[in-house]
Amino acid sequence: MNSSLTPQDILDRAEALRPQLSSGFRDEIVKSLYGEVERITRRAVQAGSEHKWDFDQRIDRLVTSPLLGLPIMLLLLAAVFWVTIVGANVPSKMIADALFFIEDQAAALFTQVGLPWWVTGFLWHGVYRGLAWVIAVMLPPMAIFFPIFTILEDLGYLPRVAFNLDWLFKRAGAHGKQSLTMAMGFGCNAAGVIATRVIDSPRERLIAILTNNFVPCNGRFPTLIMLATVFVAASFPPALASFAAAGAVVGVVLVGVFFTLVVSWALSKTVLKGEASAFTLELPPYRRPNIGRILYTSLIDRTIFVLWRAMQTAAPAGALIWVLGNISVGNLSLAQHTANFLNPFGVLLGLDGVIMLAYIIAIPANEIVVPTMMMVYMGVGMMTDMPDLGELRSLLVDGNGWTMLTAVNLMLFSLLHNPCATTIMTIYKETKSYKWAALSVVITLGLAFLVTFSTAAIARFFGGG
Amino acid sequence: MQKSNSSSPCDTCPASARLEQMGLKLDNFDRVVALAGNPNTGKSTLFNSLTGLKQHTGNWPGKTVTRAEGGYVFNGVRYKLVDLPGTYSLLSASQDEEVARNFILFGQPDCTIVVTDATALERNLNLALQVMEITDKVVVAVNLMDEAIRKGITVDVRSLARDMGVPVIPITARTGEGMQTLLATVGDVISGQILTQPLRVEGTPEVQRAVSELSRQIEQLYPGTPNARWLAIRLLDGDERVQQAILSGEIAALVSDQQRADVSFSKKMAVAGRQ
Repeated sequence: MNSSLTPQDILDRAEALRPQLSSGFRDEIVKSLYGEVERITRRAVQAGSEHKWDFDQRIDRLVTSPLLGLPIMLLLLAAVFWVTIVGANVPSKMIADALFFIEDQAAALFTQVGLPWWVTGFLWHGVYRGLAWVIAVMLPPMAIFFPIFTILEDLGYLPRVAFNLDWLFKRAGAHGKQSLTMAMGFGCNAAGVIATRVIDSPRERLIAILTNNFVPCNGRFPTLIMLATVFVAASFPPALASFAAAGAVVGVVLVGVFFTLVVSWALSKTVLKGEASAFTLELPPYRRPNIGRILYTSLIDRTIFVLWRAMQTAAPAGALIWVLGNISVGNLSLAQHTANFLNPFGVLLGLDGVIMLAYIIAIPANEIVVPTMMMVYMGVGMMTDMPDLGELRSLLVDGNGWTMLTAVNLMLFSLLHNPCATTIMTIYKETKSYKWAALSVVITLGLAFLVTFSTAAIARFFGGG
Repeated sequence: MQKSNSSSPCDTCPASARLEQMGLKLDNFDRVVALAGNPNTGKSTLFNSLTGLKQHTGNWPGKTVTRAEGGYVFNGVRYKLVDLPGTYSLLSASQDEEVARNFILFGQPDCTIVVTDATALERNLNLALQVMEITDKVVVAVNLMDEAIRKGITVDVRSLARDMGVPVIPITARTGEGMQTLLATVGDVISGQILTQPLRVEGTPEVQRAVSELSRQIEQLYPGTPNARWLAIRLLDGDERVQQAILSGEIAALVSDQQRADVSFSKKMAVAGRQ
C-alpha cells in the first residue's frame, strides 16, 4: 500500500481529469461499447427469414394501432370482467352454501354440548362467518380473473398496453410504465406499489405510487360487481344483464384511469414538478403461454396469497363486527349507534352511516365492506349470507332507502377512497417517508369525499337522490 | 468447504442426475452464482429450472425488481443462485440497475451468468460487455435458441466466445437444453480450469490515457483489485455510488476480502443490496 495515497486523492484526481475529457464522456464510452458489440454480432449472427417477425409485427400493428389499440384493449378488459362475473356466480353460491351449512351444524353442536351462547356466537357467527364470507365472495372471481390475467401477461400483451397509453401518461407528466404498475394494481395495490420500482425517475415513481390506488384491486371488485349486478344490470333485460354489469365495471375502471391521469397531472404541476422522462420499452415477442406455470402462478402465487391475506384480516374483523353487533346500549347495538352517528356525514356524500361504518371497519381489508353493510342493515348480530339478488335489492332499496345515487356513489367511493392498511404500509416501506404515505391517504380520501359530495349535490339539484 | 470432485463415479450416470434442485435450502453453500441479463430474456425461467423454485415469471420487462435467491447442487458443489433484476445497462441509476450492479460489484459472486436473448443478441451483448468490465468470471448463456431457430436466426457461439474472451453456451431454458453444459462451464470458470480473457472496450486515446492513469492510482491504493479499470471509468463519469464506496472504505474491505473467497461478506452485501 502506498502510504502517500488516500481515497480522497483518487477522487480529486478524477475531478481533475474529468474536464480534460470531451464533455460527452459517457456518450463516448457508450458509443465504443455499441461499436464493439455491433462488430461481434455481425460476425456471429445470421438473421434468418423474417417470417415469424412479420406475424408478430402484424399483430402488433393491430393491437398498438392509434385507431384500434384502445378499443381492442377495452374490449379485452370487458371480456375478462364478463367471464369473471358470469363464471363466478354459481361457484360463489355453492361455496357459500357449503360453508354456511358447516357453520349451522357446528353452532348447533356447540349449543347442544351446552357452551354459552357467546362462545358459539363469537367463534362461529363472528370469526368463522367472516372467513367464510371472504372465501365465498373472493375465491371464485380470483380463480377466474388471475389465470386470464396471467395468460395476457405471459403472451406479452401488457407492454403493448403500456405502449398504447404512453402518450396519455406523458401528457399528464407521468411515466409510460405507470400503466404496467396499474395493471399489477388490479390484482393488489400493494403489489402495484412495489412494481413501481421499474420506473427510473424518483419523481415519476412517486406519482405512480400515489395514484396506484385508483385502480380497483381484487378486494374491491366484489363490491363493484355486486353493485353493477344489483343496480345496473337489473334495469336491463336478463339476456343483456351480465354484459351491462361487465360494462359498468369497465366504466368504473375508466373513471379510475381518468382520476389517475388527473391526479398525476396535478402532482406533476405542484409538489412533484417536472417533465416526463423518455424511456425505451421493449415489446417482447409473443410467446406461447406455459399452461402449468400459468396455473401455478395465478392460483398459488396470486389467488391463494391474496386470499390468505384477506382471511388474516377477515377473522379479527368478523370478531369485531360480532362484538359491535351484539353489545347493546339502550335497544340498539353498538354498530347501529355508530352508524347513526355517522349517518349525517354519509348522507352528505350520497351514502349513509352504515356504509361509512363499513369502510372504517374495512380499513385493514376492503373485502369485508359488503358483509359488514349487510350485517348492520339486517339488524342481526353477525355478518350475513348474501341473499339472492332480488332479495338483496329489496333489502337495500325498500328497506334502507337506497337509490341509484347511493349505488353510483358507493362505486365511486369504493374506487377512490383511501388505500387499505397493507398498501399504506407498503407505500411507507417503498418511499421510507411518513409524508408520502400520509399524502396517499389525504389525496385519495379527499378526492373520494369531493367527488361523491359533488355527484350527490348535482343529483339532488336535479331532483334525483 | 466441499470441492468439486471431477472423478466421481457419477460421471457415467445420465447427465441430469448430477443436478439437484435445492430450492430455499441456503444455509450452506460453497459458491455464489449471479444471473444477470436484459429484461425478458428468461432469467427467471432459468432460475426456476435450476433451483426448483417458482419465482414468478412473466412476459414483460421489469418483472423482477428485487433479487431472488435459490440453491442447486451440481457435481457435489452447492451453489447459491441469485436472480438479479433484468437491466439494459449498468450505467444509469434506476433502482433495479442499482440492485444488479451492487451485487455484481460488491456481492462478489464467484461467477456471473449473463443470460442473453438469441433473437436480439446485439442489444443483449451491451450488458454482457458491461458486466465483463466489472468481473472476469463471466459465462454468457445464449437463451431462447428454440425461438431463434424458429425465426431462422443462426448464432455462431464459437465466434462469440472467441471475440468476447468468455465461454458462450447456447441454451433453451424452457426445455432445459444446454443446461448441463452451462453448469459444467460455470464450475470450470470458478475452479480456474477455464481461464477467461474478457474483452474490454478501449475508447478514444484521451479516454484511455485518463482511465489508465486513474486505474494505476487505484491499483496503488488497493493492490490486487480486479476492477480498477471499471472503478476508474465510473469515477471519471462522476458516479456517486462508487465515490461513496471508495471514501467509506467499502472498496478497500472488498479487495482485502476477496482473496479469502469469504461468502459471508457477499451475504451482508446481498442484504444491503436489497434495501
